[in-house]
Amino acid sequence: MGTAVQVRGLVKRYGAQVVLDGVDLEVAGGSVCALLGPNGAGKTTTVRVLTTLVRPDGGRVEVAGVDVAAHPREVRRRIGLVGQQPAVDDVLGARENLVLFARLHHLGRRAARRRADELLELVGLGDTGGKPARQFSGGMRRRLDIAAGLVLAPQVLFLDEPTTGLDPAGRRDVWDAVLGLVRGGTTVLLTTQYLDEAEQLADDVCVLDGGRVVARGTPRELTAAVGGDRLELVVDDPARAAEAADLAERVAGASPGAPPPGRGTRVTVAVARRPGVVGDVVRALDDAGIAVDDVLLRPATLDEAYLRITGRDEQRTEVPA
Amino acid sequence: MTAPTTATPTTPATTAARDLPAAEGWTDRLRWAVADAFAVAARDVAHWRRQPGALLVGLLFPVLMLVMFLYLLGGGMAVPGGGSYRDFLVPGVLGLAVVFGLEATMTAVVTDVGRGITDRFRSMPMAPSAVVAGRCLADLALSAVGLAVLALAGVLVGWRPDEAGPAVVAFGLLLLLRLAFLWLGIWLGLLVKDPASVAAVQILVWPFAFLSNAFVATSTMPGWLATVAEWNPLAATVTAVRELFGDPVGAGGGWATEHATLLAVVWPVVLSVVFATLAVRRWQGLSR
Ligand SMILES: Nc1ncnc2c1ncn2[C@@H]1O[C@H](COP(=O)(O)OP(=O)(O)OP(=O)(O)O)[C@@H](O)[C@H]1O
Ligand SMILES: [Mg+2]
Repeated sequence: MGTAVQVRGLVKRYGAQVVLDGVDLEVAGGSVCALLGPNGAGKTTTVRVLTTLVRPDGGRVEVAGVDVAAHPREVRRRIGLVGQQPAVDDVLGARENLVLFARLHHLGRRAARRRADELLELVGLGDTGGKPARQFSGGMRRRLDIAAGLVLAPQVLFLDEPTTGLDPAGRRDVWDAVLGLVRGGTTVLLTTQYLDEAEQLADDVCVLDGGRVVARGTPRELTAAVGGDRLELVVDDPARAAEAADLAERVAGASPGAPPPGRGTRVTVAVARRPGVVGDVVRALDDAGIAVDDVLLRPATLDEAYLRITGRDEQRTEVPA
Repeated sequence: MTAPTTATPTTPATTAARDLPAAEGWTDRLRWAVADAFAVAARDVAHWRRQPGALLVGLLFPVLMLVMFLYLLGGGMAVPGGGSYRDFLVPGVLGLAVVFGLEATMTAVVTDVGRGITDRFRSMPMAPSAVVAGRCLADLALSAVGLAVLALAGVLVGWRPDEAGPAVVAFGLLLLLRLAFLWLGIWLGLLVKDPASVAAVQILVWPFAFLSNAFVATSTMPGWLATVAEWNPLAATVTAVRELFGDPVGAGGGWATEHATLLAVVWPVVLSVVFATLAVRRWQGLSR
């Protein structure tokens, strides 16, 4: 398959605020692309432009090979949208909701009912009966919302933070459903705040910040780009953790802007060169009389890469673990 | 969402969606626009079935108004120019019920926008007009039922329309005014986006309704107030409806009262055109 989503120089302004400032994005057909970025980066706005809900102020946007500005209706026939806020009818039950949306997708009466039942089965809401969506838990509502986005098994599916508010089992179910769709040929563009979600699902990651694309690539490329490995130490005495971090950083030859010391007894430093570094650091700490309980040399995580890319890593110490 | 989630959801619906038919002609479009509007309206019908209590309260409130005005206040009311207050009142309350519809429309629109349902519709391949057309269909149907219930209550307290033909025209005029308030409600609903402002409109509806001839003849009001009340679109419809039912109209009144039937058509048509234009503009503004 070719390119499922093609965005060139997308600009969107709200009043004087430039929300999207020349976004370029390309998603290959049949792949999963994760759009990451801090709150207010413009993820939802991008999704809303791509799903014909918002008209852009500049740039070219094609979804499933169709120009969004010129043929919004044709685009709508090829996409599914699961928005950031669940958008289902609160009064109706799960099945009634899905039958309604299927009818509005121009399925016949019987086909609509059949499709509704399939979707209920797919998202595990088959046993909710006529219970109104108002009485659903947040997770159930989200699943219903996702089912509503799948009525026509779209060519391109947009998911805006699909697993926010779900329990771990619910998240896994959504992931399974997404991967199932991808196996069936659907292209997925999802936004998320969970880096592990991007790592699990996405072939490509695109990081937005302040309405611009600040990084893109496979999860592996992004982590590699911010400087390979991390050395994690657990020191015995929390009072000496800062001292240990300082020392380890000097010995390990960390790049400037290394991750900050962890919390409590845990210290994380970036490693410039892998061979021999564990021995060197432990020896140095030993010489300084700092007892080390545990050592781990590992590749940087996407989390760390993300925080570096968006320049938020200094703030991380303020965020409770 | 357990085992089946891993299955690839390839279904007949899927393949149908993949092999998209060629672009539709305008007849297909029209047909779908109508079908979609009915599908959207059917959602309201499902709501009524689901929440019969709310429906009943909505239908019976105007009946309560009728009974209250008739038995609690009606004793002290005399209709200038003669006729029973009951026969004067029933068309007035029918008009009031029409005005109350504004709140229902506005609430529905605000709720759908707020809950994201409107955006869900807008991202679907349905006819965009169907969202609003469906609202119109559902609200007009509800109003028709409401007016029928109220008229039936009127019959129960002894009110009778003179002739069937003009009575049907009278109900037509009431629904025409409802259409004007429908567009006003859609426009306001898209404008305010906030359930709290619905309450404000709900309150403003009262002085609007009372500043008319719905409950008392305008000739009993001070001069300038009488003129304002007379030109109230509600007053035009109520007077026209009274005439059509063969009910007392209340003596006096100027040009607006004398040409009530004309105004009962012109007002709603003008208001519908104005507010429909504003509503469509506002609708397009959603994608800004
Ligand atoms: N309708 C609107 N009117 C005015 N400003 C808006 C509107 N929608 C979004 N914005 C602004 O655009 C910016 C980007 O918002 P957007 O919702 O796209 O961010 P996001 O990346 O999805 O954030 P989050 O992670 O919080 O969901 C924000 O500063 C927001 O205030
Ligand atoms: Mg968002």
